[in-house]
Amino acid sequence: MHPVLKLITQRMALGVVLLFAASILIFVGTTILPGDVAQSILGQSATPQSLANLRAELGLNDPPVARYFAWLGGVLQGDLGTALTNGRDIAESLGGRFANTMFLAFWAALISVPLAILLGLIAVRYRDRWPDKVISGITLTSISIPEFLIGYVLMFFVAVKLGWAPSVAMINDTMSLGQKLNAIALPVAVLTLVVLAHMMRMTRAAILNVMQSAYIETAELKGLSTFEVIRKHAFPNAIAPIVNVVMLNLAYLVVGVVVIEVVFTYPGMGQYLVDHVSKRDVPVVQACGLIFAAVYIVLNMIADIVSILANPRLRHPK
Amino acid sequence: MRIPLSALIGLFFTITYFLMAILAPWIAPYGMAEVVGDVWEPSSAEHLLGTDTIGRDLLSRMIYGGRTTIFIATMATALSFITGSVLGFAAAVLGGWPDQLLSRFVDLIMSIPSLIFALVVLSVMPVTVPVLIVVMGLLDSTRVYRLARAVAVDITVMDYVEAARLRGEKLAWIIFREVLPNALSPLVAEMGLRFIFAVLFVSTLSFLGLGVQPPQADWGGIVKENKEGIVYGIGAALYPAVAIATLAISVNLVADWVLNRTTSLKGGRG
Repeated sequence: MHPVLKLITQRMALGVVLLFAASILIFVGTTILPGDVAQSILGQSATPQSLANLRAELGLNDPPVARYFAWLGGVLQGDLGTALTNGRDIAESLGGRFANTMFLAFWAALISVPLAILLGLIAVRYRDRWPDKVISGITLTSISIPEFLIGYVLMFFVAVKLGWAPSVAMINDTMSLGQKLNAIALPVAVLTLVVLAHMMRMTRAAILNVMQSAYIETAELKGLSTFEVIRKHAFPNAIAPIVNVVMLNLAYLVVGVVVIEVVFTYPGMGQYLVDHVSKRDVPVVQACGLIFAAVYIVLNMIADIVSILANPRLRHPK
Repeated sequence: MRIPLSALIGLFFTITYFLMAILAPWIAPYGMAEVVGDVWEPSSAEHLLGTDTIGRDLLSRMIYGGRTTIFIATMATALSFITGSVLGFAAAVLGGWPDQLLSRFVDLIMSIPSLIFALVVLSVMPVTVPVLIVVMGLLDSTRVYRLARAVAVDITVMDYVEAARLRGEKLAWIIFREVLPNALSPLVAEMGLRFIFAVLFVSTLSFLGLGVQPPQADWGGIVKENKEGIVYGIGAALYPAVAIATLAISVNLVADWVLNRTTSLKGGRG
């Protein structure tokens, strides 16, 4: 078997193992920790009788291992259980929300990725001069403010003071694509700003790292133009780190979405998760947690696979 | 030793914030939960930042809120450093299966985004300050573990560690007397970043309603309480943004300086 194929298979196997382990961790996190689920849901004033009823209903009297496998078996067949608070099927309520979340993340990624790489290149090109310093200053500031506050700052100035965009991002199926995009303009802007900073800094570091290697100096010394140096020598070697950066930030985006959805009351999965955490609706939290973790793990796996593929030493073994 | 201007500014603001946190009851003009005015009064001589959603003095709440936020973040950072670095050093010194076991477990925890994991755990735990500190501290200790282990692996191959081993020193001696003093500087620089992360994390949790519970004030909670004002053009919810950003940037400046100083001492990247 080709060594690259072997590496990729190994990495994918590791991804599957991680997914299972993550599901165990999420399950353990909600069941075996000192907190009593039934007590948390009903509060301190619960009668012993209602506690016992709820425990029986949740299946808390079964051994944890049996409950885990029952849950996992359901998840693998697409059955995420029913929500405690309203008795609805979780998979059904999640479907549309998952699509909404992905819609938001997709547009944020579409704008932020090219922009980050471009700004990273500019920062390297004008290293230690004012464009680099301005870009670094802005990114440092936006890293230092939590996402939800950037959201409110933008909402305050852009939506309320200037009136350029709606301050809440309500979308539904009857809206056209243009209307939807108008509605999510602000959340997309916030998400872009948040990941842009990380992505740009990491891209800058990755390219600088490559630009400082000996072979770039050789290429410069043998008289290649700056453009040729970048195209032939720097870029191929920077692909792997940059793709890695992009993937890591897409994974980060998935988490940032949770908070941003709450800020802009966007009907996505993040808001659903946060709502049900405060209602202590454990099955919903488990399902959402598992989906977010799965997206995160898969994106990280893709990042690793791309960097394996982009490594010429692995593609053309001796 | 010359301290660069940026680090001085950073130090100044960091110390100011910590002093304000410690001296909150003496500095704050009003009580934390005291209703002293109308709803969302604009700033005036009596209320420098105006009042909040139920007429409490916003400046006082910001000061008390800073106290809670900084306290939780500091405790969580301390916890994450103690567990993370001790386990990381131990893994590096012991090697073999304890190292494998710990490292793979940390990989697993890090494969789930910490906010999501925190939400999952907090859905079944009572949300109190000690629980918050433990959850945040332990989740963050995975990052410290990675750094501490990476730094310590380089140190454990040094001759003086070998010598200590041959002398028959115990694990605790090697960790605290041989590895720790030599690994301290990168860890201190990292501590600044972890602290900022903890501030952002606890603010986010409180904003989501899953962190510090009212009437206790904290910066994330102040945003949550006053967010309705935004749509009417009242900026009360934005003060925490300024506070968090200045604190984070100044701690960053100090951490940068510590990191630069230590790398140039070793003749490294500088």
